[in-house]
Amino acid sequence: MKEYISNKYNNSFFSVVGALLKGMQLTLQHFFRANKRREPTFVSDPNYFKQPEGLVTLTYPYESLPVPEVGRYRLHNEIDDCIVCDLCAKICPVNCIEIESIKATEDIGITSDGTKKRLHAAVFNIDLAKCCYCGLCTTVCPTDCLTMTKVYDFPEVDIKNMIYHYTDLSPEQAQEKRQKYEQQQAEIAEAKAAALRAKQEAAKGNI
Amino acid sequence: MLALILCIVFLLLLVIVTAYAERKVAAFIQDRVGPTETGPHGILQSVMDVVKLLQKEDIIPSAADKRLFALAPIVMFAAVLAGFAVIPITPSAIASGAYLGVFYLLAIISLDVIGLLMAGWGSNNKYAVLGAMRSVGQIVSYEIPAGLAVLSVVMICQSLDLQEISFQQGILMNQFAGLEQEVNYLFGLKALNLDVTNVGGITTWNIVRMPFLFIAFIIYFISSLAECNRAPFDIPEAESELVAGFHVEYSGFRFAALFLAEYSMMVLVSLVAVVLFLGSWNTPLPNIGSVQLASWTTGTPGALTGHLWGAFWLLSKTVLLLYTQIWIRWTYPRLRVDQLMHLCWKVFTPIMLALVLLAGLWRLWMI
Ligand code: SF4
Ligand code: SF4
Repeated sequence: MKEYISNKYNNSFFSVVGALLKGMQLTLQHFFRANKRREPTFVSDPNYFKQPEGLVTLTYPYESLPVPEVGRYRLHNEIDDCIVCDLCAKICPVNCIEIESIKATEDIGITSDGTKKRLHAAVFNIDLAKCCYCGLCTTVCPTDCLTMTKVYDFPEVDIKNMIYHYTDLSPEQAQEKRQKYEQQQAEIAEAKAAALRAKQEAAKGNI
Repeated sequence: MLALILCIVFLLLLVIVTAYAERKVAAFIQDRVGPTETGPHGILQSVMDVVKLLQKEDIIPSAADKRLFALAPIVMFAAVLAGFAVIPITPSAIASGAYLGVFYLLAIISLDVIGLLMAGWGSNNKYAVLGAMRSVGQIVSYEIPAGLAVLSVVMICQSLDLQEISFQQGILMNQFAGLEQEVNYLFGLKALNLDVTNVGGITTWNIVRMPFLFIAFIIYFISSLAECNRAPFDIPEAESELVAGFHVEYSGFRFAALFLAEYSMMVLVSLVAVVLFLGSWNTPLPNIGSVQLASWTTGTPGALTGHLWGAFWLLSKTVLLLYTQIWIRWTYPRLRVDQLMHLCWKVFTPIMLALVLLAGLWRLWMI
C-alpha cells in the first residue's frame, strides 16, 4: 500500500515544481481561450453535448439555448376551440385547472375541427404556479385546443398573477349568459307546467 | 503635498483596475464571462462597487472596541501608503529620495500587522480574532525570507537607496552621483570580462547581474503573496471557513478602506519586487551593436521622455506581476497552516540564508 502511494505521488522537488507549473499552464490556457464562446445552438447540433473550449456562460436574457418544439412549458388554451368538456380539469394531478361552465341558450358555433360547442366557459383558470407541467391535460383534450408553448420564462412578482385566465367572457357577460340560461330554464319549466296543467284539465273534463 | 495627492489618485486608479482585472481574470480562467452589465464589458464594475460601499451604513458592533475598530483601517491604509513614498517612479521622480529607503520600506510594511491585529481584536468576534492571529503569525514569519531576499539584493548593490539600486540596473548607471566609475559585467563576474555597462537592458537587471537572485526573486514573490494574504496563503481570510477573517465585522466605508489597503499592498509588493529584482524603471531591451534599443527606450532622464519611458516600464512590469498574483490565486488551492509554516521556516529561510552568503561571495567576485 505504502509503495503504491509513493509511486502515485512522486514528491521530489522537480516533480512538484513541474506539477505546479502544469497547473499554471492549464489556467493560462483557459485564460487565453476566453475569446471563444459557447454558441446558443439547438440540441440537435453535434456540438451540443461536447464542451467546446472557451467561455461556457450564455448571457441569458440576451441569448439562450433554443428549446425543442415538443417541450413542456407554459400552457395555452385557444378558448375559441374549447368545448368546456372539463376533461383536462379532471385529469390534472394537482387540480390546478378551474372550470365553470354555463350551458348555452343559443347556437354558439363549432370549433375548428367541427365539434359543436354547447357550453360557455364562465371561468377557465390555470394556476401555473401549481402546475407540474406533466402535459396530461393536453393529451386528453378532445379538440387539441390546450397546448404547451415554448415560453418558459414568465416569472411574476405577485404569485396571483401566475393564475392565467383563458375565458373570453367578462364576469358581466357570464352573468348575462347565466341569467339567459335560467330564464330559458324557467320558460321551459313554465311551458312544461302549463302543458301539465292543460293535460290534467283535459283529463278532468274527460271524467 | 502634490506628490501625495498624485500618489493617492494614481493608487486608487490602479486598485480599481486591479479589482476589475481580478474579477475578469478569475472569470476567464474558470470559463465564465465575469461582469458584463456595468459599462461596456463591465469596466465600471469596481467603480460601482466603491459607490455602493460608500453609500452603506457604517455599522460598528455594540460589543466592539470602538476606538480600535475605527482606527484599524486608517492605520492599515496609512502604513501601505507611506511605503509608496520611497518607490522611484522614473529616473528623476521619487516622492522621497530616502537614503535608507529599503530599510524604511521593510519597517513601514510591518506596521500593517498592527492594523490587522487592531481590526481583529477590536471587532470582538471569534472569526475576526482567529483571522487576525493567523494573519499576524503568517506575516511575521514570511517577513523573514522576504527580508533576507531583500538583504541579498542590498548586498549585491551595496546600497539601501532604492533610486541608487534602480540606476545600477541600467545604462544610466554612470549618471548617478557616486557611481560614475562603476562597471557592470555580465552576470556580475569580472572574470568573464564582458562589459555590459552600455548594453543595459535585461543584462543589467539584478536577476541577471547575480543569476541566483532569480531564486531570491521567486522566494520574495511567494513571501509577498503571504504578506498580502493572497491565495494560496489566504488562510487568514479563508472565506470558506473564517467568513472573511479579520474584516468580517467591517462594512461600508471602513470595509472600502481595508479593501483599498489590501490591494495597495499587492501593488506595493509588486513595485518593490520590480525595483529590487526586475530592473526597476529600466528598459528590458539591450543595446545590440548599432541597434541602440536600450537608449531609444530610455529617453533622457529629467526630460519628459525619461519620465514617460521610466513610468511605462515600471508600470508594465508591475502590472505583469499583479497579473501573476491574480493568476496564482485562481490556480492553487489554499495551504494548510502547518504547510505554510513548513514552507516558510524549513524551506525558504534556509535557502535564503544560503543565498545571502552566496550574494556576499558574489559581491567579492564582482569587484
Ligand atoms: S400540465 Fe399537468 S399539472 Fe399542468 S395543468 Fe396540465 S394536467 Fe395539470
Ligand atoms: S379538455 Fe380541452 S376542450 Fe375540454 S375543457 Fe379542457 S381545454 Fe377545453
